[in-house]
Formats: sequence, C-alpha cells, structure tokens
Amino acid sequence: MVREFGWKVGGKQGEGIDSTGEIYAIALHRMGYYVFSYRHFMSLIKGGHTNYKIRVADRLIRHHGDDVHVLIAFDQTTIDYNWNDMVDGGVVIFDASAFTATKPSERNVHLFGVPLTDIAKEAGGPIMKNMVAIGVTAAINQFSPDDFIPVVRDKFGRKGQAVVDSNMEALRRGYAYFLEHYNVFFPAPAKPTAPAPDHLYISGNQAVAFGALAGGCRLLAAYPITPATEIMYWVLQYFPKYGGVVIQAEDEIAAVNMAIGANYAGVRAMTSTSGPGFSLMMEALGLAGMSETPLVIVDVQRSGPSTGLPTKTEQSDLNEAVFGTHGEIPRIVLTPRTVEECFLYTAEAFNLAERYQCPVIVLSDLFMGMSFHSVDQLPVSNVSIDRGKLISDEDLARLGRWEYQRYDHTVPDGISPRALPGQRNGRHVALGNEHNGVGIEVEDLETRVNQMAKRARKLLHFNHWSGVTVDGPDRASLALIGFGSTWGVLEEAREVLANEGIEVKHIHFSRVLPFPAEAFRAAMDGVEKGLVVELNSTGQLRHLIQQFAGYHERMDSCLKFNGDPISLREILTRAREVFPTGVLN
Amino acid sequence: MPTLQDFQTERATWCPGCGDFGVLNAMQKAVINLGIEPDDIVVVSGIGCSGKMAQHFGAYGLHSLHGRSLPTAQAVKLANRKLTVFAAGGDGDGFGIGMGHFIHAIRRNIDITYIVMDNHIYGLTTGQASPTSDEGAKTKTSPYGTVEAPIAPLQLALAQNCGFVAQGFSGNIKQLTTLIEKAVLHKGFSFVNVFSPCVTFNKVNTYEFYKSHLVNLDEDPSYDPHDRVQALRRVAEAGNVVVGLIYEDPHRQSFEESLHGYPETPMVHNDLSLGEADYETILASFR
Ligand SMILES: Cc1ncc(C[n+]2csc(CCOP(=O)(O)OP(=O)(O)O)c2C)c(N)n1
Ligand code: SF4
Repeated sequence: MVREFGWKVGGKQGEGIDSTGEIYAIALHRMGYYVFSYRHFMSLIKGGHTNYKIRVADRLIRHHGDDVHVLIAFDQTTIDYNWNDMVDGGVVIFDASAFTATKPSERNVHLFGVPLTDIAKEAGGPIMKNMVAIGVTAAINQFSPDDFIPVVRDKFGRKGQAVVDSNMEALRRGYAYFLEHYNVFFPAPAKPTAPAPDHLYISGNQAVAFGALAGGCRLLAAYPITPATEIMYWVLQYFPKYGGVVIQAEDEIAAVNMAIGANYAGVRAMTSTSGPGFSLMMEALGLAGMSETPLVIVDVQRSGPSTGLPTKTEQSDLNEAVFGTHGEIPRIVLTPRTVEECFLYTAEAFNLAERYQCPVIVLSDLFMGMSFHSVDQLPVSNVSIDRGKLISDEDLARLGRWEYQRYDHTVPDGISPRALPGQRNGRHVALGNEHNGVGIEVEDLETRVNQMAKRARKLLHFNHWSGVTVDGPDRASLALIGFGSTWGVLEEAREVLANEGIEVKHIHFSRVLPFPAEAFRAAMDGVEKGLVVELNSTGQLRHLIQQFAGYHERMDSCLKFNGDPISLREILTRAREVFPTGVLN
Repeated sequence: MPTLQDFQTERATWCPGCGDFGVLNAMQKAVINLGIEPDDIVVVSGIGCSGKMAQHFGAYGLHSLHGRSLPTAQAVKLANRKLTVFAAGGDGDGFGIGMGHFIHAIRRNIDITYIVMDNHIYGLTTGQASPTSDEGAKTKTSPYGTVEAPIAPLQLALAQNCGFVAQGFSGNIKQLTTLIEKAVLHKGFSFVNVFSPCVTFNKVNTYEFYKSHLVNLDEDPSYDPHDRVQALRRVAEAGNVVVGLIYEDPHRQSFEESLHGYPETPMVHNDLSLGEADYETILASFR
C-alpha cells in the first residue's frame, strides 16, 4: 500500500518554482493529506538552481523525505541535480518546449517531455507553464483538476476571475495532455482515514512569529536576513492590530538594543535574526544579562561561518548561543523540535525572560524556519502570560526616595523585582557596568562577587520542563541523540532501525541551557553507545553533553555541514556503522 | 512641581571643572522648568565620562553600551510614549562607534532628545583622538596631529533634515537650559550638541577658547532658524563654532504620529492576551 510520495519541481530561480510548489502543497494539504515542503534555493535572484520538494503522506510527517517519485524539470540542471533522489520507476516531466532532456545515467526512471510552455501559451501566456505542470502531475497522481480550484482561486482571485479561469485552463490542458500521451501513474496514497479537517499548514518562521504575538510580544526590531525575514513579514501583518510595532532597524546592533530598551520600559520585545546578525548582537546579549533586562532573540540558523551559505541550513550557532558574549551571564537557550514547539517555546520565551530577567535565545534553523509542515493543531491553550516579579505601586509607595533596590542581591532566588519607568519611587539605573543595589556603578570587591552570585543564582532552580525527550523503548543500549529541528528525521530513523530489530532510543534536547543534565543522565541509563547527530562540523552538541554530563567514551558523532538538511539515509548509514548491530542481532 | 532636590543623587564622579557638570545642570533645570516629574523621565546613555549622565541625572536610567544609546532610547520611547526620553553620550560614542544610529534616528524621527557632550576627545579612555578632534590635534593616538577631517555634526543633521538642531556650551548654562527645553518640547527627534570641555585631556578646546570664539546665533536678529539652507551656510562659515537654536521644523510628523497602528495609549499598558476569536482568525489563515 502506498502511504506517501515525493514530488519536486525545479528550475532556475525566478521562474516561479516556489509558487508552483506552494500551490501543489496547499492543494494536497486541503485535500486532507499531511504535507511537508522544503525549499532549496540560492543566494541570488535570477538563475541558479532552485527546487521545491513536497512529501505527501497519509499521516503526520516531520521531514521532507529522501525520495522523489515525480520530478518536474524546467531545465536539464534540475534533472542532473536530483537524479540520484529519483526512485526506481520514478517519473520526470520536462518542459519539451524548452529543451530535450537526457538521462545523466542509465536508470529505470521515465523521462516524459511535455511542451509545458507551448501549452501555457495556448491557454493564455507562457508564465502559466507552472499551472500546466501542476495539471500534468495531478494526472499522474490521479487527482481531479477540480481539486485545485479553491487554491487557484485563493492565489489568483485578487487579480480577477479571468486570471483564475486562465490558470485553471492551463492546468486542465496539462492534465489532458498527459492522459492523452502517457499512461504511467503514481496514484496518491489514500487520504488519511481520520484527517484533522482543520489541520494547519505552517512554517517554523510563521510559528515563531505567531508564538511571539501569543506570548505578548508587541515590539519586534529586526534587520532583514535570510532565513529569518519571514518572521518580520508575518508579524507586520498582525502587530499593528494589537497595538504592536515592528521596526526595521539600521542593523542588528540597533535591533537588539531596541529590544532591550522596550523590555526595560515594560513592553515585551524581541529581535529575530540569523548567524551574521546574531554575531553582531553579542555585546548587547551581555548588557541584557548584566542589567537583568528581559530579552528574546530568535536565531534562525543558516550555514556559517561569516556569510557562509546564506540559503542553506546548519546547526552551528549552538556554541555561540550557549557561550557567546564576553564575561558570564545567565541565559536560557531553547531548541524547539517541531513547529508546535516553535510556537509554544517562543510564546514561553517571554515568560522566561521576564521571570528570570535574562536573555532567552530561541534557536531555530533554515530547515525548520522555511519548511512548511502540516500539523494537527498548535498548542494555543498552553499559552499563558506571566510577567514575573514586578514591584507594585503600593510597595514602592511604602519606600522612601532611593530606597528601592532594583538589584537587591540578598533575595534568596536572586530575582529582585523590576520597576518600570513611570512608576513613582521606582527610579534606578539599569546598566552593563557592575553595580550596587540601586544601579550605581561600583567596583568594590564584595559587591562584585555578591552581584555575580545573585545573577548566577537565578537559574539554579529552573525546572519548567525537562528539556529532554525520550522516544522509543525505556531500556535500550543504543541511542540517537540530537537537538532542535532534527527530531523528526531522527524519529524516522529510530523507527526504521527498530523495525530492523535494533533496540534504539531517541534522546532529544528541546532546551540546552540551563542544560538538562539530570534528565539526560536518566535517559542515558543503560545506553552503551550514543550517536549524536547534528548539522555542524565539530560536534558542538556532543561537546556540550560531554562538558555538562560526561559520557566521553560512549559518544560518537554523525555530522553534516554541506548545507542540505540531513537525510534519513545518511543517519541510517552512519548508525549502521557506529552501532554494533551484528552483536545485538 | 519637581525641584532640584528631587533629582539629587550621589555627587557626580566627573573631574572638577568637567563640562559635563554644566550639561547635567542644564538638563535638570530644563525638565524642572517644564514641570516634568523625575519618575517620568528616562535618560539612556552610552559609555564614556559623558555616559555617566544616566547615573547622575537622578531619573530612571539605562546606561547602555558604547555607541548604542540611540536605538535603546528610541525603543524606550515607543514602549511608553508618556515618558520624556533623553539619549546622552560623548562625541566618540555618538559620532564614532554609534554614528550609524545617529543618522537613522534622525530619519526615523522618534520623539526623543539627543544630547551629545562634545569635548573633541575620548575622555574615559584617557585622551585619544575623537571623530570631532580638530584636524592636527595632538592626542595620545595622534602624536603628530590628527590627519582625519573632523565630523561636522550640525551639518550632518541639517543635511539629513533633522527636525530640531541646536548647539550649546557648558559655560552658558542659561542658554543651554533654554535650548534643551525647546528640544524636549519639539515633537520628533531633537539634537543638541554641546561643547563640553574636557579639562583633563583637551587643553585646546577649553572654556576660554569657546568664550572667545563662539558665535551666538540666538543673539543675531537676522538669523532665521527655520531656514535650513541658511543654517547650513552659517554653520559652515563659522567652522561649526556657533551656539544657539540652529534649525527647527515644527511641522514634521514624528514616527509615532505617522506609523500605521501605533497606539495612542502607551504600549506598556497593552492588554497582552489573545481572545478565542483572535486565535480562531489566525489559525484559519493557516488552513
Ligand atoms: C565596544 C567598546 N569599545 C571600546 C570601549 C572603550 N571606551 C569606553 S568610553 C570610550 C570613548 C569615550 O569617548 P567619548 O564617547 O567621546 O566620551 P567621553 O568619555 O569623552 O565623555 C571608549 C573607546 C567600550 N566601552 N566599548
Ligand atoms: S576626563 Fe575629561 S570628560 Fe572625563 S570627567 Fe574628566 S574632564 Fe570630564
């Protein structure tokens, strides 16, 4: 029984590849399928190879999958580039109006030429070649053209009924052409028997942005950078409706300092960025830590170092998030595993930032942020707002002038209540210099040590959730270990290995700071070999684990840093090398 | 009504005679004259001797990073539009490391007042050349005299069409107080550059120097502070050694007045929770 298939469209950047993929994906999502889409693109506007991969399944999926069953190619590069991902018996539809396709190697993969551009011209214009292509694959997947009417209407309705009609006409012609000339099919899987009729199609970036709004964030200051800019776009649509503000700052230094200023004045604020911008924020991160000002930074990681691969994914800012900035500050680093967690953790980040009066970093990445995922629901009912310790006007009124100690180091949990500008009797200075209780800089030895201890104490009893999830059998001698966005593909790897009779559990970090050492040690009970899978070249998570929890001799690495997300196959290959399966079976 | 008493903090740590005392004095007098309570004021400062202003002023303070007072102060103001917000710092802070923010703050035109204590030297780091050091100035980092042309802060601000530009002198607190009052009353970004001598590390740009060289435009009846081109010319002719209200455009719309959706009531009082209907609408957009 077919349970899923992989579909991809590729061509030059600027040819409408994205919108082709988007229309197909949303149409299938609305039919009730679960869809996962991954966009491959380059850091240029016209030319270069781009593709849009869609995996369609009858169940919730967390990864775009390794296989391609149907490929639409607008150029030969697309065929060459994706040839190895084609399944045996797969179908390549190429634009016969534009070029004559050749097979890069002899394989059982069908090449079908369809004059996509010519058909589009007949239907009304060459730019509709994408709709013709959708019609062709609708035929291959044995859908009805009518299934696409709602999406086409949504997409083009604003331009008028004539545009909707001609796009549907292009789609129908592609559909008819294929049926007339070819008869190779990839029937779509049966629709899920219990589809959530209201399931959502959402990207990690959108989930983060929505989470911010839900979490009470009302000011975003940011500087455009791939792959984080979409957070700005989403927030721009919604913040003004809720009395919020979005500022396009002059650079990331300004952005993060704006977020600090707004938080100081009592408005929940954040900045969103990617690696290069995150690096520019390091000094301000320290200011937030030292001045005990709440701050939320979302870092949608991309391939570094420096400008790196601006449109490719990586998990290599982990060290920077955990250790970045000079000196030592308390901080929280969240690594959401799913879009649902992107939403919930971003919302919760604002509670944590205000409760602990310290920076909270949400680490997403390009793969998580820019991929679209079908999910059943977002955990909206789990969102709550807790402003942390704020001193009341009444308490301030009881104090004399200058008696309020913003940085009272004697509070047992280290968290001294904040006063907000405008409150009577609450005057103090928030500052990055070492300071006394009212925020005057002092350099005496005792104050320094007391204030350092106060700040460090704040996170000692952090226990909001474990920060580590364990999937699979309680007792297993092997473990796959990861953090953040790789949870989905690691779960699939675990299932495959389990089906092969390999007892393996999957330990995953959804938070790395405060490091959940205890929960991790509990998860590691009985594990003899852990394979730490991460998208960087030096094994940053593995080193973090070793530093905070030990297990030096029991850890091995599966690393990937070529810019593409890690595939199921790559994990399995490495797992079979590392795990002593022969002995176990 | 607030009095000077209400602002009193510990004695400031500047060198005796430092120009920054005069700036502190004038700022405090200005807000007292305007009847603004210290609890409704935030002074955001950068780093430098001048950066101590946040601590010495006696209101709410945010002593931010070197060069970053402006972005921080702008967001404080957006968060609570009822507050009177100052950004304050030195010439190194504002025209060296923080220069980018200066131009953008002018463009953005958020209703804050930016005070620069311009002593033509890096004070706190003990006497290096600054972006406003005169050409040829001998400092610790320019033993043979600086070879870089100094920044022209007023002309930059005027060229960028800053809605309020003034220059004062720590040795004339009365005039400086008036200029700061006007700057605070101006709706939108206001810039007051102050010659604030560093008595310890700058033996050239001294009180005496300014007293004998400054041209006071406030005393020139022919000077029209609403004429931007004339302002540019007069400042250039005087080699920047002028004081007074240089330029004001009272009609420019501030960021707050122009921004779509920016609330009338201070954002800090926003209700943060989303209702069920809000969630439903947003979730529907993902279906
Ligand atoms: C990022 C950074 N670089 C350098 C410094 C060191 N530093 C502190 S104050 C200062 C310059 C001070 O000169 P200015 O801004 O003119 O202020 P003044 O002390 O003269 O009032 C420098 C370079 C710093 N604090 N931070
Ligand atoms: S070093 Fe110069 S600027 Fe600094 S306090 Fe002394 S006189 Fe003022």
